Amino acid sequence: MPKELIRLSNCAMAFDGEDVLKNINLYFNDKEFLTLLGPSGCGKTTTLRIIGGFLKPISGDVYFDGVRINDVPPHKRAVNTIFQKYALFPHLNVFENIAFGLKLQRQNGKKLSKTEISSRVFEMLDIVSLKGFEKRDVTSLSGGQQQRVAIARALVNRPKVLLLDEPLGALDMRLRKDMQIELKRIQQTTGITFIYVTHDQEEALAMSDTIVVMESGEIQQIGTPEEIYNEPKNAFVADFIGESNILDGVMHSDGLVEIFGRKFKCLDGGFKPMELVDVVIRPEDIDIVDVSQGMLKGTVTGITFRGVLYDIIVDFHGFKWLIQTTDLCPVGSKIGIKIDPDGIHIMHKSQFSGMFGDYSSFSDEYDEISDVAYEFEPEEAEGNYEA
Amino acid sequence: MKKKPSFFARFYMAFIMLFLYAPIFVLIVFSFNSTRSRTVWTGFSFQWYQRLFSDGTILDAFYTTLIIAALAAVISTVLGTFAAIGFYNMRSRWRTPLTQINNIPMMNADIVTGVSLSLLFISIGSLLRFRLGFGTLLIAHIVFCVPYVVLAIMPKLRQIDRNLVDAACDLGCTWMKAFWKVIIPEIRPGIINGMIIAFTLSIDDFVISYFTAGGNIMTLPMQIFSMTRRRVSPEINALSTILFLSVLTLLIIINVRDIKQEEKLKKRHAALNN
Ligand SMILES: Nc1ncnc2c1ncn2[C@@H]1O[C@H](COP(=O)(O)OP(=O)(O)OP(=O)(O)O)[C@@H](O)[C@H]1O
Ligand SMILES: [Mg+2]
Repeated sequence: MPKELIRLSNCAMAFDGEDVLKNINLYFNDKEFLTLLGPSGCGKTTTLRIIGGFLKPISGDVYFDGVRINDVPPHKRAVNTIFQKYALFPHLNVFENIAFGLKLQRQNGKKLSKTEISSRVFEMLDIVSLKGFEKRDVTSLSGGQQQRVAIARALVNRPKVLLLDEPLGALDMRLRKDMQIELKRIQQTTGITFIYVTHDQEEALAMSDTIVVMESGEIQQIGTPEEIYNEPKNAFVADFIGESNILDGVMHSDGLVEIFGRKFKCLDGGFKPMELVDVVIRPEDIDIVDVSQGMLKGTVTGITFRGVLYDIIVDFHGFKWLIQTTDLCPVGSKIGIKIDPDGIHIMHKSQFSGMFGDYSSFSDEYDEISDVAYEFEPEEAEGNYEA
Repeated sequence: MKKKPSFFARFYMAFIMLFLYAPIFVLIVFSFNSTRSRTVWTGFSFQWYQRLFSDGTILDAFYTTLIIAALAAVISTVLGTFAAIGFYNMRSRWRTPLTQINNIPMMNADIVTGVSLSLLFISIGSLLRFRLGFGTLLIAHIVFCVPYVVLAIMPKLRQIDRNLVDAACDLGCTWMKAFWKVIIPEIRPGIINGMIIAFTLSIDDFVISYFTAGGNIMTLPMQIFSMTRRRVSPEINALSTILFLSVLTLLIIINVRDIKQEEKLKKRHAALNN
């Protein structure tokens, strides 16, 4: 049974009368890697600053180990932060930056000894692979190196919780991937709770034990990466995490949903009879079959080569789908598709319905061809389309 | 490639330089003249400098100037630093008008500042029974130096990453400790520059001192002025030369420091962007 370490209870925040966080309820377990994921401006940094003690919520409470810490200043919290732009002290060298927190620490009212401080700093330099850099000016380091100094400076204090605000944001792709693995390793070996902020969904899926998806100051969904990906709660989450085709549907009964006037088997249930729902179908869950055997029939209007897969855009009754396939389907060709019941995910309607999930504006190259697609339309409208 | 300046442009530059520095050059040369003549060069000597340093009133003025400049520089730097930090932490709605107000005394004519301070000191002095003198002179110098100190520190404050203070608090500093360990080191170049500027301005000032010093003490510029009224003596040349060279040295120090800071900042940016 994991132990709860931090809890935000009904926390709200506003700047100049504008709501930035609305009624956040969230708990963080000990030794957990939890990620706050959301688009720019959704309130991730604000949430982190409330936990770090740099901001006081205008309402609600923050608990640490069951104790209310709203009024505890940052320097008394067992939490350390890696700031969005590192915030290294430019007038200190690498060693002094990392030793900064240790020099302030008191054990039974006594300062740490010089030898203890330096042995802990060197241990840290080793962990972040910066041996031999201790005398360097932090301003002379590259982005990735500064980043690692920031990690070392926070970790050396052995905090219970480490807050990381988009720590890899400024790094290039390869370094980013390396550092993701590195951070995950550090988290697992030290057993420190990581609260990680990012707007990169792949990063979140790869690293986290738990993901909290946020949008406009509200939590949209909390879950494991698999839950978030496979069972998104609403159209926003489905669209933000990975690629999704999001369609209007009608739930006839448990396990039976109607899309484009055709009934599909699915695995979800618990909806009201004939409830209007959002249906998510991931591009990789769609099989391409011969037109005659297709559950739906459409025309390919765009194609992009992605290495292993092709991304193709297919027009079904004027609604553009994204499908990922290894087969080459030339633009203009007619195809049929088959979807297995476990490839269909049903969501309740939300404020985000109708905002996402259509690939009409997916690529420019397809625009020129859209006239061609139009010609096929009347022929296609036969059969089971009657909504 | 830059275009080479035309002959006319170069001639013009030389002419301007001549205009600006010829009088000072003549002054310096004649401060070493061996006779009283101000028009004919008769030989090299240090005699005017020697006389200067054996003249009690001039030495007094010299000490007064140094003490006032040192005290005014230190006190106005402390006040200016806190004022700048105060401005920095204000909401921009307040900050903009208040920094403007800070700028006004610098553009104000010295004579207006001098007369108004003098009136203020005299009226308060008649109530509290003090007279113009060392104290009022010092206060006046502090008053006109503070805005320059603020101006020297503000840009340094603006360059600070606001997260630095948070980072220091996060690592265990109280706000006050973070202030000493992070903000002060970061703006130290600005503070030192402000202090040198204040020192220079204080040494240099005549008009405001003239109105606020009262009858009993004199600064060097005031001494020079009074000497020109009493008798025309080459000692004035020597004294002016000393004053000119000290101010010039201080200005060079300020400029060299500025250039070094710029270079450091450029390096810092370059490091962040790779
Ligand atoms: N100190 C502040 N004063 C006024 N508004 C603020 C302040 N801090 C944040 N905001 C506003 O609050 C909202 C949320 O900001 P926050 O920094 O939490 O976003 P974020 O999710 O971290 O975004 P990003 O991914 O861009 O860092 C934004 O609209 C921002 O403009
Ligand atoms: Mg942020």
